[in-house]
Amino acid sequence: MAKLPASIPDLVRQFGPHLNRVPADGWATRGEPDRVVPTHCCFCGQQCGIQLKVTNEKIVGFEPWEAFPFNRGKLCPKGVKRYMQDEHPDRLLTPLARDDAHGFLPIDWTAALDRTAREIQRIQSVHGRDAFAVLTGASLTNEKAYLMGKFARVALRTANIDYNGRLCMVSAGAASKKILGIDRAANPWSDLPKAKVILVAGANIAECAPITTDYLWQARENGARLIVLDPRMTPIARTADLFIPVRSGGDIGVFNGMLHVMLARGWIDRAFIAAHTTGWDAVEAVIERYTPDYAAKIAGVPASMIVRAAEMWGPAETSFLLHARGIEHHSKGVDNCMAAINLVVATGRIGREGCGYAMITGQGNGQGAREQGQKCDQLPGARDIENHAHRAHIADVWGVEESTIPHAGLSAVPLIEAIHEGRIKGLMLICFNPAVSLPDGAFIREALSRLEFFVVIDFFLSETARYADVVLPGSLMEEDEGTTTNVEGRVIHHRQVVKPPAGAREDWRIICDLAGRLGAGGKFAYQSTRDIFDELRAASKGGIADYAGITWERIDREMGVFWPCPSLDHPGTPRLYEGGRFGHPDGKAHFQPVEWRPAAEEPDADYPILLTTGRVVSQYLSGTQTRRIGALVDQYPQPLCEMHPRLAAALGISDQDFVRIESRRGAVTVRAQVVKTIRPDTVFLPYHWPLDRSANNCTIRAIDPVSKIPEFKICAVRVSKAEAPSGELAALDPAAGGIR
Amino acid sequence: MSELAFFIDYSRCIGCQACVQACEECDTHRGRSLIHLETIERRDSVQTAPQVCMHCEDPICAQVCPADAIKQTADGVVQSSLKPRCIGCSNCVLACPFGVPKYDGAVDQMMKCDMCYDRTSTGRRPMCATVCPSGALAFSTVADIMRTRRGRMVNDWQFGEEHVRTKVFVLVPTEVTRVDASIIPLSALRRSAHAPADPYDVARLLEEV
Repeated sequence: MAKLPASIPDLVRQFGPHLNRVPADGWATRGEPDRVVPTHCCFCGQQCGIQLKVTNEKIVGFEPWEAFPFNRGKLCPKGVKRYMQDEHPDRLLTPLARDDAHGFLPIDWTAALDRTAREIQRIQSVHGRDAFAVLTGASLTNEKAYLMGKFARVALRTANIDYNGRLCMVSAGAASKKILGIDRAANPWSDLPKAKVILVAGANIAECAPITTDYLWQARENGARLIVLDPRMTPIARTADLFIPVRSGGDIGVFNGMLHVMLARGWIDRAFIAAHTTGWDAVEAVIERYTPDYAAKIAGVPASMIVRAAEMWGPAETSFLLHARGIEHHSKGVDNCMAAINLVVATGRIGREGCGYAMITGQGNGQGAREQGQKCDQLPGARDIENHAHRAHIADVWGVEESTIPHAGLSAVPLIEAIHEGRIKGLMLICFNPAVSLPDGAFIREALSRLEFFVVIDFFLSETARYADVVLPGSLMEEDEGTTTNVEGRVIHHRQVVKPPAGAREDWRIICDLAGRLGAGGKFAYQSTRDIFDELRAASKGGIADYAGITWERIDREMGVFWPCPSLDHPGTPRLYEGGRFGHPDGKAHFQPVEWRPAAEEPDADYPILLTTGRVVSQYLSGTQTRRIGALVDQYPQPLCEMHPRLAAALGISDQDFVRIESRRGAVTVRAQVVKTIRPDTVFLPYHWPLDRSANNCTIRAIDPVSKIPEFKICAVRVSKAEAPSGELAALDPAAGGIR
Repeated sequence: MSELAFFIDYSRCIGCQACVQACEECDTHRGRSLIHLETIERRDSVQTAPQVCMHCEDPICAQVCPADAIKQTADGVVQSSLKPRCIGCSNCVLACPFGVPKYDGAVDQMMKCDMCYDRTSTGRRPMCATVCPSGALAFSTVADIMRTRRGRMVNDWQFGEEHVRTKVFVLVPTEVTRVDASIIPLSALRRSAHAPADPYDVARLLEEV
């Protein structure tokens, strides 16, 4: 059993989550602010423009930023209440050291950094450089993502750095690279309203990317037809022209079945395929057996739905395909995405106005943070860490010998497994909460407790930071300056709205100080994040994700700049693949044939029900930030298990009963929400909660062989009516008068 | 600002509550949300509907107020009750056909949506209609709405014998010229229904051939 330095109720009492409900200094005194700073929301890859109000150097509210073109003032509830994480009582304001008798005790910055550097050096000298690992996040700015990759490769010289984008964008990225040659949304969102048919696969847009809803509705006002694939009837699906309630993991059935019908009916652009693609024959050979009846069995839907989808998509004049985690979070996530992209390329409807394709990035900097070299197999500019020319370019920018740059390391899940096995002894973690967000939660928490030394940089004591030996208080997005890259590939500017509170520090300064203590200070002599961005531009120059021509001033003037942007006089590239020129060296798209295969764990006699997981609109990822904002917690206080009335009746369960959802790995007990809007063979749990409410207690530690993304979207469970939870954790439930 | 009007398109609503959360943030509201988001019947559907004050031309809430506490501005915005006059009787709460006014015991008066008068009077749009990510709420010109939306905008309502005209428009299918919210007996509904009884039941969709 994992060990913590104090009981969970004690940790919660001291460090929260507590709920902040009132702006700094109260509602009544909130008059005209001292200043209003235009910046961006930190929650989700849409990166909406928002203005934060500052009074007496405290963020006290927000004002919509209608001039920013992507969202034109629109926000979701997370954006509206985002400022409530500022001036929060749970904020960490001093470094902490674990003390097994007393929990966490404050220590000063010098002692904390000295000890961290000493432990890193000890572990690396005894067990080798790769025995110390780094886990980072996709909500970091581009500057910080770049810095973390460089810190790992130059200061630590460990191969083992990976990031929580591994839980998010990697299936989509790998599929895009394989077929299209570039890992980025192919089109700006302004192409969406011009599409005549839009296919949304595995994306609960209303809750996970709410701003995109308006783009879909604009398209429909223009006459577009909407096809939605989802095991649940989401708010977007409710009014779709065609809703396909696909069984989780059955998407390839729909995509290949559609392509089969399109081929039979002549809705394939053979001229485009001949001129701009390779590999079509292999696709055609595979889809031959995906007749509607065969495809329907895989998809778990009537064959007529697949035919109707093909009839809408096939002959359309313009079209746009969007997908997200629903098809990506699978042990065949890359294949799911490739089958979807095949539908786009086969019609030639890409690289033109109103014609395109995009994955919907989930995390704040889901796009940018996967380009700057904090993935285990990547260097800045989306370069390949095993490519000699790529390594030489980066070695030159960093001023190091190419041979000193480590090669590819472990991705997030195998990295945690290596900790569990004792091969990795030390860990630095920033912007990641694996105790909540990785699958097979009990295994993950056990691994964290086995570390010899664990240092966490965070602004709140996350559930993962509770396992740390040293905690370094870092900065919120609005307390540092930098850039992110939004869902469209638009690089945008986050301004420093206020300074970090006394005792906390900007993350990049912490990293640079540590680099100095590890003897690499000369390579980390930045005076500001602008210096880091300028180095990032040079490092990315000539790469796929080329930022060389992007400056903070240009971003402000042009309301963002789309990469690739190789020079200052280059306008940026909102739409990729124009003229049928794809990202591969031969300029062509490379079709990939895709065969369906089952999930790592399908329902069986012992665990007969399919569990799928996802988000709710008022919470963000592992909830470290949003579970501390009262208004967002009130909106959806605790996870509910959605199930169809037919399943509920068979199990003797009524709405709001407590139910136990149990897999081979763990269980949760939550209330049931009995709704007709979900497939009767499937139950749904949102994943934002920790411990006894963590959906990831049940999920399976299986990963895609290419992208290494975990299979969050399907595992086998049994469900039964249960007694109300009791005990010290249940007493923390807000409904029981507690906090958490 | 006079050419700008408030529009609701219920079909666009995704139930995200951005409007509810943003309403609290209006400086004069001080943490109190005055918009209602209705969940129609979660068991059967994810459909939701936002409800702002419709700002009736001849507001029923004001008609039934025994204390003459509910006033209309010159441009037709119906305001919350005047604190010195409101006696907390809740006549307005019971009378409003849209269910908008609520009696707030903490302040002992009726409070309701005032179309963000503090914002609109200074050239800004109401908080809810500015943030609404789906465009279910919009504060725009008639010309802009007619250019960008399908259907028809109406502000005529029939509640049984009661005819109401509102300052706020709703978007409805083109064939509708007035929203008829009269009571229909369930027996009549069952007899006349052509649509499936349960249009959002996923199990039923899976049985379709």
